[in-house]
Amino acid sequence: MTTATRRTFTEAVGTPHPRVEGRDKVTGAARYAGDIPFAGLAHGWLVLSTVARGRISSLETAPVLAMPGVLAVLHHGNAPRVETGYTGMLSVPDPTAAVFQHDRVPHLGWPVALVVATTPEQAREAAEALVVHYDVEPHDIAFSGDRPDAYPVDGHMPGVTEKGDLAAQLAASAVTLDEEYTTPEMHHSMMEPHAATARWDGGRLELIDSNQGTHWVQSELAQMFSLDPGSVRVRSEHVGGGFGSKGVRAHQVAAVMAATVLQRPVRVVMTRRQMFSLTGYRSPTAQRVRLGADADGRLRALEHRSLNLTSTFHEYVEPSAGVARVMYDADAHRTANEVVRLDVPTPTWMRAPGEAPGSFALECALDELAEKCGIDPIELRARNEPERGPVSGLPFAGRNLLACFREGARRFGWADRDPRPGLRRDGRWLLGTGTAAASFPSGALPSTAAVTAEADGTFTVRVNAADIGTGARTALTLVAADALETAPDRVRVRLGDSDLGPASIAGGSMGTRSWSWAVTAAAAELRERLALNTGIPPEGITVRSDTTEALGALAQKERHSFGAQFAEVAVDVTTGEVRVRRMLGIFAAGRIVNPLTARSQLVGGMIWGISMALHEEAVRDRASGGHYGADLAGYHVATHADVGRVEADWVEDHDPEDPVGIKGVGEIGVVGAAAAVANAVWHATGVRHRALPIRPDRVLAAAAGGRHV
Amino acid sequence: MKEFGYQRVSDVAGAVAVLGADPTARFLGGGTNLVDLMKTGVERPGRLVDVRQLPLDQIEPTSDGGLRIGATVTNSDLAAHPEVRRRYPALAQAVLAGASGQLRNMATVGGNLLQRTRCGYFTDVTKACNKRAPGSGCPAVEGEHHNHAILGASEHCVAVHPSDMGVALAAFDAVVTYETADGPGELPLGWFYLPVGDTPHQETALPPGALITGVTLPPAPVAARSRYRKVRERASYAFAIGSVAAALDVRDGVVHDVRLALGAVASRPWRARAAERVLTGAPADGGTFAAAADAELTAARPLPRNGYKVTLMRNLVVAVLTELAEEATR
Repeated sequence: MTTATRRTFTEAVGTPHPRVEGRDKVTGAARYAGDIPFAGLAHGWLVLSTVARGRISSLETAPVLAMPGVLAVLHHGNAPRVETGYTGMLSVPDPTAAVFQHDRVPHLGWPVALVVATTPEQAREAAEALVVHYDVEPHDIAFSGDRPDAYPVDGHMPGVTEKGDLAAQLAASAVTLDEEYTTPEMHHSMMEPHAATARWDGGRLELIDSNQGTHWVQSELAQMFSLDPGSVRVRSEHVGGGFGSKGVRAHQVAAVMAATVLQRPVRVVMTRRQMFSLTGYRSPTAQRVRLGADADGRLRALEHRSLNLTSTFHEYVEPSAGVARVMYDADAHRTANEVVRLDVPTPTWMRAPGEAPGSFALECALDELAEKCGIDPIELRARNEPERGPVSGLPFAGRNLLACFREGARRFGWADRDPRPGLRRDGRWLLGTGTAAASFPSGALPSTAAVTAEADGTFTVRVNAADIGTGARTALTLVAADALETAPDRVRVRLGDSDLGPASIAGGSMGTRSWSWAVTAAAAELRERLALNTGIPPEGITVRSDTTEALGALAQKERHSFGAQFAEVAVDVTTGEVRVRRMLGIFAAGRIVNPLTARSQLVGGMIWGISMALHEEAVRDRASGGHYGADLAGYHVATHADVGRVEADWVEDHDPEDPVGIKGVGEIGVVGAAAAVANAVWHATGVRHRALPIRPDRVLAAAAGGRHV
Repeated sequence: MKEFGYQRVSDVAGAVAVLGADPTARFLGGGTNLVDLMKTGVERPGRLVDVRQLPLDQIEPTSDGGLRIGATVTNSDLAAHPEVRRRYPALAQAVLAGASGQLRNMATVGGNLLQRTRCGYFTDVTKACNKRAPGSGCPAVEGEHHNHAILGASEHCVAVHPSDMGVALAAFDAVVTYETADGPGELPLGWFYLPVGDTPHQETALPPGALITGVTLPPAPVAARSRYRKVRERASYAFAIGSVAAALDVRDGVVHDVRLALGAVASRPWRARAAERVLTGAPADGGTFAAAADAELTAARPLPRNGYKVTLMRNLVVAVLTELAEEATR
């Protein structure tokens, strides 16, 4: 018997691989931002406004400063000034993070002070004892689709696109639809709250944080505090979820201010309730969809208008109408993303911003059109497949939507479906099935990486990625192993440290694509160097990469992931209960790096869709302007018992012209999922639910023939 | 949060004595509600008196065929007890319909009876609430109230009692026993919770400083065929928006005996006596069940956005009674 002594190379990408840090996480060895001890650590507690609009007239700080352990109370009268007139990596900054700069209160839950004390309990007690007086002004938080003060906004895309004569095409259509769809305020609700520790160390500001990009947070903090970027270091090793909310927020800025004033380390951790007003959220949307089609279902007219709210001091647009610019063409095509300014916190990116609410409206409208035309919903979509971007006119870099529908229909058993609603029953439950299409952009951001061949034959990859629970660390290990033609256990990946250099954030489903690009480029060059056989010095051989130029050279195309969602629901119309018995999602999402964690991402997205369809809704109290029940008892996310059999899989989606071949899977899973559930509820009951979530009271009202509340 | 003292007690008399000496002290059972409320500042006790080591953790049959449940029995142990499951299955079902496995392992019977409403105004100290801050007002009447009371409420408070367990106990005529410095006492569950009126902050008839020692269930043969159904806004880990505990004894197609209580409709578990009167002696059919539900719900005074509860409760009562009647004929 012989033993193989030479390692043979087998491809790691595409083979399921458990998380490289999985053992650390399940044993508690992995430390999160709020876990790491520091000598002399002080604790800051944010004090939030209890009025929705007005000015701070005074703060009674003296009694609080006399309380046990209290070290300082920072507020607009004494806090360090920060710079806000800059443009950050992604946009102009949301002034919510620039705390304590003025006396204006623009929403309930606005940070008005930070109480710093020796223990977190002392800080909390003192913060809650701080009396703040306000000059209160009347507030307006009433959001509705008919706000006369709504206006279109360009976000990352134009506010309005239009071509053709909408009125004429609608008039010429055999079948038309004109409906409003609404989605509520939703919150990221990741497990790990926002937590940051700031300290000055040898003239350098260090921040231990939980964020979606240390380079991003570093550059914003440097600009806000007018520091050289090199004198700010931000680390974020493990992150218990972000979903778009973990960028620059009040807690980091407040911690830096306090650490600067007190010259000792200061930690600020948010409570769940504080997160509801300080960390962004998905705005409610009111969307109007108008469709006109020939009798065979071919679209002549498509209008998708989406309205969201934003704060009075910062424009955030939830670009829900953007999905129509990718999915369906029509002779007359109009899309508009509009906002209205209210006395509320600024919304932000939340998993599939735009696409998640937008696909609910558009994909429900398509289902309604299919019903009106008497055409199968999948066939309707097939008849409306565009050859080029409906708005951009650009070619698609792969559009495998129909492959997803074909595979999904086969596995779900769609061919046997009777399209008529309200016919199937299992005891007290009415049963129905529904489907919807999904798409999400496949983008990339410039990134740098350094790959080192160590003298001991292993490799170290330094790339400033953020593993926000997605499995990025593992995915990059596999990508690097293949690029280096070595085994994953010979590769160490270091990430989550701004000293590693600029790189993409974990956001927009761009992370894995962007970081892999940089890692692959550096690894390829390193292999060329190693092929010279000059030997490896003790410090190793390091090659660096920067993808900025390669990204710029990429041909202009419509680049997206696609998917087909299927759902089976059971509805008891006598109690209003809706249960999702099974879901199937088939996706075309490029090369799948790690099937284990990719499937988890996609299934997680689909479960978000169930949650969005049936449960999630942040409620605002009109009188106070603040939230009602702002915690995880009041804000319902799907529990295990709400999740039936959920399967995600993918079709071959190879683009030979793409330099990376990887698309993101972080967001596509939620797109269309709520629409598939809502369409299934119609199929079960014969009632269209155009307002999310599909709550028991809404189902009961519909069964009684009453109006939706 | 406020600093507080903590002590364990090992006998009932000692526990009662501590509260007698320190009016800021509160008994701590599983802490699944009290500790949350301390974190949010709704409760600010100066001292916690941990009663979990008191010898009140037994479930024993009584000589007359009922059950005596100790106050520190955990929800998990209560739901798993074979005599509870055999004699009062709706009670076991109600307990299992509440909270999560982890919480049920901690929560106690005594604490469950005394848990506070989950009204979002009550749990937010920055808002007005007559229950938390008497005289400050009730924003729920004009504000968010889609899971608030339709029965027995007042303009001063429309909050609902959150307990599932309590609904089954109400149906089965449970009696709460307690101990004070002056000796033991008892309160039938129907008198245990006070009417809301203009004093929503006064929730129970327990004397000040009293320690709940247990709950006694009188014998009720009808309870052996009983059921608890709970409707909530997700499949698990949520408080009810409507629930029903029912027991039904049908003989020759006629209702011989019945127990009916409703949850999430009032400031207390709601014993449906009007419905029971319609049911008793009437044919066990859908018409009777609907008439019984209507008889109870004529007293309903829904708010603008919780009228669905009237429909929901009517449907639930009919559905649960129908299921029990069908089982009886099998």
